[in-house]
Amino acid sequence: MSGLPPELWQSVWLTVELAAITTVILLVVATPLAWWLARSKACWAEAIATVIALPLVLPPTVLGFYLLVTLGPNGPGGSIASLWGGRTLAFTFEGLVIGSVLYSMPFVVQPIRNAFAAIGDRPLEVAATLRASPRRAFWTVAVPQARPGFLTGAVLGFAHTVGEFGLVLMIGGNIPGQTKVLSVAIFDYVEASRWHEANILAGGMVIFAFAVILTMTLIEKRSAVVRP
Amino acid sequence: MKRPAIEPGTIQAAFRGSLGHFSLDASFVVPARGVTAIFGASGSGKTTVARCLAGLHYLPGSFCAIDGEIWQDEAAFRKTHQRPIGYVFQEASLFSHLTVKRNLLYGAPKDVQASSQDSIGYDEVIELLGLVQLLDRSPHKLSGGERQRVAIGRALLSQPRLLLMDEPLSALDRPTKNEILPFLERLHARLSLPVFYISHDMSEIERLADHLVLMQHGHVVGAGPLQVLQGDPSLPLAAAREAAISLDATAEHYDPAYGLVTLRVSGGRLLVPAPRVAAGKRQRLRIAASDVSIARAAPDASSILNVLPARIVSKSPLGPGEVIVVLALGADGRGAQLLARITLRSWDQLGLVEAMNVFAQVKGVSLVPGPDGAASEAAGPDAIAALDKFLDGISFASSKAMALPKSHARQIKSPGVRRCSELETSFPHSPSSA
Repeated sequence: MSGLPPELWQSVWLTVELAAITTVILLVVATPLAWWLARSKACWAEAIATVIALPLVLPPTVLGFYLLVTLGPNGPGGSIASLWGGRTLAFTFEGLVIGSVLYSMPFVVQPIRNAFAAIGDRPLEVAATLRASPRRAFWTVAVPQARPGFLTGAVLGFAHTVGEFGLVLMIGGNIPGQTKVLSVAIFDYVEASRWHEANILAGGMVIFAFAVILTMTLIEKRSAVVRP
Repeated sequence: MKRPAIEPGTIQAAFRGSLGHFSLDASFVVPARGVTAIFGASGSGKTTVARCLAGLHYLPGSFCAIDGEIWQDEAAFRKTHQRPIGYVFQEASLFSHLTVKRNLLYGAPKDVQASSQDSIGYDEVIELLGLVQLLDRSPHKLSGGERQRVAIGRALLSQPRLLLMDEPLSALDRPTKNEILPFLERLHARLSLPVFYISHDMSEIERLADHLVLMQHGHVVGAGPLQVLQGDPSLPLAAAREAAISLDATAEHYDPAYGLVTLRVSGGRLLVPAPRVAAGKRQRLRIAASDVSIARAAPDASSILNVLPARIVSKSPLGPGEVIVVLALGADGRGAQLLARITLRSWDQLGLVEAMNVFAQVKGVSLVPGPDGAASEAAGPDAIAALDKFLDGISFASSKAMALPKSHARQIKSPGVRRCSELETSFPHSPSSA
C-alpha cells in the first residue's frame, strides 16, 4: 500500500465509519417503521411509505438543499448544535449521518417491510396460541423469519451510504477527516488531475460494488432455499 | 345481550357479529370434556367459531366461558396469548426457522419433562406422536403428516386446557389421514382435555367425537351428544345418504369358534365378527341407516345375526319413495336409538305406525377402531407402512391362500372404519374400499 497518501486512507475510514453508523441507526429506526408499514391497514400508511421512498426519485441535490436549510444555523439543526456550543449541523460529521440516514432509509425500510409482509399473519397467530406475547412473537418469530430482509436492508443501506455523492457535496462540504468521504475524494483527485489516486479509489469502489451485489444475490438465493 | 349464568364443567359460547361479508350467530353449550366436533359445510362458520374461541377474532358483544372461567363478555376480552389453548391449524404452520424440537418446546413451560395425571410431558408427546426421529430436522424436510403431528405435539406441550383442531387432516391425503387418526384416538383416550374438532368429514367425526355442534350458514342448527344429533330427523345428518348412528359399546364375550364378539349397547346386544377382544373393552360402532331394516316378527331363519326388539320412535319422509325411521332398542323402547332407511311401500305394507314394537334387523355393524383398538396398539406408522408394502407384494404374487392373513393384517393396518357384515363367513372381510 505504498504510494497512497494518508489522506486517502482517512477518507476510506471516514466512509466506513459513516456507513457503519448510518446502517446501525437505520436498522434501529427502520425496523419498527417497516413492522408498522407491513402490519398497518391504515390508508395513510402508504402516504408515509411514499415519503420514505422520496429519496429514490428526488435528485440528491434537492434533499441536500432542504437538509442544508434544516441543519444550518437558522434551522432546527442550528438550535440542536447550540446545545453543545456548535453553530450548525451542516458541514459536520453528525449532519452527514443525519443526511445519510434519510437518504438511505428507503433502501433499508423496503426489504424489511417486504420480509415482514411475506411472513403473513399465521406464524404470529400460532405464536399467540402458544402463549407468546406480541413482544415475544416479534422477537422470536417475526425477526428471525425476516432475517433475509434485514441482511438485504443492511447491505443496501451500507452500500448506498458509501456511494452517495450529491448529498454529501451539498451538506458535507469537503473537510478532510470530517466530511471528506470517498466519493468526494475521487471527485477531488480528478479535479486536481491526480489520476493515480482516483484510479485506485474508483477501482476499489467497483470491487466493493461487485462484492455487495454478489452478497445480495447469495442472500436471496439462500433464503429462497430455506423457505419452502 | 344478557349474560348467561356461568356453569362450571361446560363450555358456553355465544358469538354474534359480522366479519367482512360473513355474519355469525352461533350459540352453544357443550360439556367441558371429551371431543366436541364442529361440523358443517365449508363457509358455514366452523373456523370462525374456533377462531373466536381462541381469541383470534374479536366479535364485540359475544360471550365465551370455559369451565366456569370467562374468556369474553361485555366487559372483558382475553387476548389469545392469555388463553390456555392449543390450536392446530389446517396447515401445520410450523416455525420454519426452528427445528422440530424447538418448535415443540416453543410454547412449553420450562419444566415440561414430566407427565402427570392431566398434563402431558415432553417424552410422552414424543412417544405418543412418534416424533423421535424427527426432532433435529427442519420443518421443510417433513412430510405433510409428520408436520401435522409436530403441530399437534407443539399444541399439547403448551399445556392447554382447551384444544382446538381446525380441520387438522383436511390438507392431507387419505393414507396420511389414516396415519394420524390413530394418534388422535390415543390422545382422546389419554387426556381428559376438552377438544374442539372442526371437520367437514363425517367419517372423522364418527370416529372421534362425543358431542357435536352442527353449523349451517353461520348458525348453530344443533348441539348435543353425537348420537342424539345423528338420530334427529329434523337435522340434515339423518337425511343424508350416509346417515348412520355411532354407538359406544362394551365387549362382553368372545366366541373363538365363530370369531364373534358380543357387544352390549344400551337396550340390546350385537354379535359382530371381529378379532379377539377382551371383555369389558369399550368399542365404538357405526350402524348405517341403510343397513337396518324393520320386521314385524322375528324371522326364524335368516343369515342376519342381529335382530333386536325395538320400538318405532318416529318416521320422516325422505325423498319420494323412502322414509327414515328412528328406532329405540329394547321392547320398552328405552335403549339406544338406531336409524333405519326403508321404502315408503314397506312402511305401508307392513302397517307400521309410531310407538309400535318391531324388530330391527341390523345387516351391518362397523367397528370403529377405538382408542385402545388394534390400530393404535400396533407399531407406529412406519411399521404399518412397511407391513402394508409387504402385504401388497404378497397379494400380487398369490391369491386365496394368502387372503386370510392379509385380512387380519388389514384390520391392524386399516385405521379406517372396519366393515364387518352379516355374511355367513366367520371372518371379517378386508374392506374393499381401503
